Amino acid sequence: MRNRRPIGKSIALHAGLTVASIIALFPIAWLLLTSLKSRDAWQSATVKWFDNPNIDNFTFVLGHTKFLRWLLNTVIVAGATTVIGVLLAATTGYAVSRFRFPGYRSIMWMLLITQMFPVAILIVPLYNLMSALGLVNTFPALITCYLTTAVPFCAWMLKGYFDTIPTTIDEAGRVDGLSPFGTFWRLALPLARPGLAVAGFYAFITAWAEVAYSTAFMTGDESYTLAVGMQTFVSQFRAEWGYMTAAAVLIAIPAAIVFLLVQRNLVTGLTSGATKS
Amino acid sequence: MATPVVTGTAAGGDARGRARHDRAAKSGPLSRHWYAWAMVLPVVVVTLVLVGYPLVRGVALSLTDATEANMGRTIGVNVIPSTYEFIGLKNYTGALASDEFRGRFIWTIIWTICCVGLHYLLGLGLAMMLNRPMRFRAIYRVFLVLPWAVPSFVSIFIWRYLLNGEFGVINGMLRDVGLPAIGWLDDPTMAKISVIAINVWLGVPFMMLAILGGLQAIPGELYEAAEMDGASAFQRFRHITLPGLRPVSSTVVLLGTIWTFNQFAVIWLATQGGPGGETNILVTEAYRLAFQGIRDYAKSASWGILILIILSVMAVVYRRALRRHGEVW
Repeated sequence: MRNRRPIGKSIALHAGLTVASIIALFPIAWLLLTSLKSRDAWQSATVKWFDNPNIDNFTFVLGHTKFLRWLLNTVIVAGATTVIGVLLAATTGYAVSRFRFPGYRSIMWMLLITQMFPVAILIVPLYNLMSALGLVNTFPALITCYLTTAVPFCAWMLKGYFDTIPTTIDEAGRVDGLSPFGTFWRLALPLARPGLAVAGFYAFITAWAEVAYSTAFMTGDESYTLAVGMQTFVSQFRAEWGYMTAAAVLIAIPAAIVFLLVQRNLVTGLTSGATKS
Repeated sequence: MATPVVTGTAAGGDARGRARHDRAAKSGPLSRHWYAWAMVLPVVVVTLVLVGYPLVRGVALSLTDATEANMGRTIGVNVIPSTYEFIGLKNYTGALASDEFRGRFIWTIIWTICCVGLHYLLGLGLAMMLNRPMRFRAIYRVFLVLPWAVPSFVSIFIWRYLLNGEFGVINGMLRDVGLPAIGWLDDPTMAKISVIAINVWLGVPFMMLAILGGLQAIPGELYEAAEMDGASAFQRFRHITLPGLRPVSSTVVLLGTIWTFNQFAVIWLATQGGPGGETNILVTEAYRLAFQGIRDYAKSASWGILILIILSVMAVVYRRALRRHGEVW
């Protein structure tokens, strides 16, 4: 593979990647450009890259809509889901990675099957349950619903991560007189910190982009999450793409920066269980 | 119909059988395995309460004729009791016999195959391009990952605007070069193509990165040895790359299939299932049944359970296929 590529092949390679990059970037670039136009500039049938750039859309979204409130709601719900999900899942991930015990296979099946649950199957019973408990339109209801997917998913991912930690470390701990719990708490858990972070990150982005539960459960615009609230910018009766794009930019830029910083760990976290036989 | 329930009891029986077997061995299973059981306890309890209980209720609900109108509710101080009745398997037989379900099912299969197939092929192609030493590699990588970095609901909104019939930039560009505008989200067939395109755009980066990780785990010596033996580029791809990618591919294809089959956000936010419900996949249609118009809880629940059965069958078949190739857990 070290020998030099023929020039034609090289051009084809760069051309292919350039086209793919343009397709990947264009929607995001257009989003940014539209958000910088004036409020009604989106209603233009001709393609204009720049049109009197200003930040009115941003000031309106921040000052006159519930955007910041929705952002706070989303962070509260997604954050609570993440913390609870990872805490509950950690010991299970470790146990199914290290021990072969009666019930092991059923636990693995349970973790897989629950990830296949379509939102449609649980949402009606959960909705009825929450309305019986008077919890519709509250954060705990939403967090509970998100935990149904976050917990099995985190356990699954953490198993993959624990699989990559050599068992010799555990054995050394056991020889030194640690109990299985001691080994988990003092050795495995500290070593698994990157894995916990990745599982948590996934739980967070899954929860904060969730649409079905939040659309059905949250009814007042004080309690909307971002994915619900932003739908109101472009309802059937009123389309405000100027505000929509400004809000989108405000979310996308910080999210993308954080994401790009951690993304290298994300994929290895998800497939590490697979690459290690 | 009750697949997960059956799985649960069958697995329970399995465990008990093995426990009995262990007791015949030296020490009791409780003393040897109690710490493992204690460690899985939190997840088991949470799953039973949060997933098991609603699932059982969902199954029960799917055997009734419950709708918004006959569901018990509390209005102020008045408690109105539920009046829905048990109707057996009527919802299931009704769904399976209906064109509505069949239509949604076929479209869901097409949607899943197109999306996962394109995700995998494009992801593989881009990963193989990125896996070569070249200039600007890091920059390409960042660009190509961006669609994954932006929160999905934001991206879907962006696409809805890009594809807008009147003011969308894509139609604008078509008009600029003298072509007629296309009703991307207004025509049933075009809307289907559009939602697939959106989902492909969203999903390729993940596949690409996963496959790239798999490619980098294949030892370089294999390629050198094959080249020495005179293997062509295609032979190297066929006999080294593809088998080397198997563990990663099998995981991401299974996950991708499940995620795509259950993909709610793309369809809901891009078209709301429209035009005329044509882009609704099974999941969004089941959701619509439960939360739009007169809420038909029972029908929605039965659809949900049918979806779960379809996915479970798929997962079992898939796992069998993997096992034949010697990959198990």
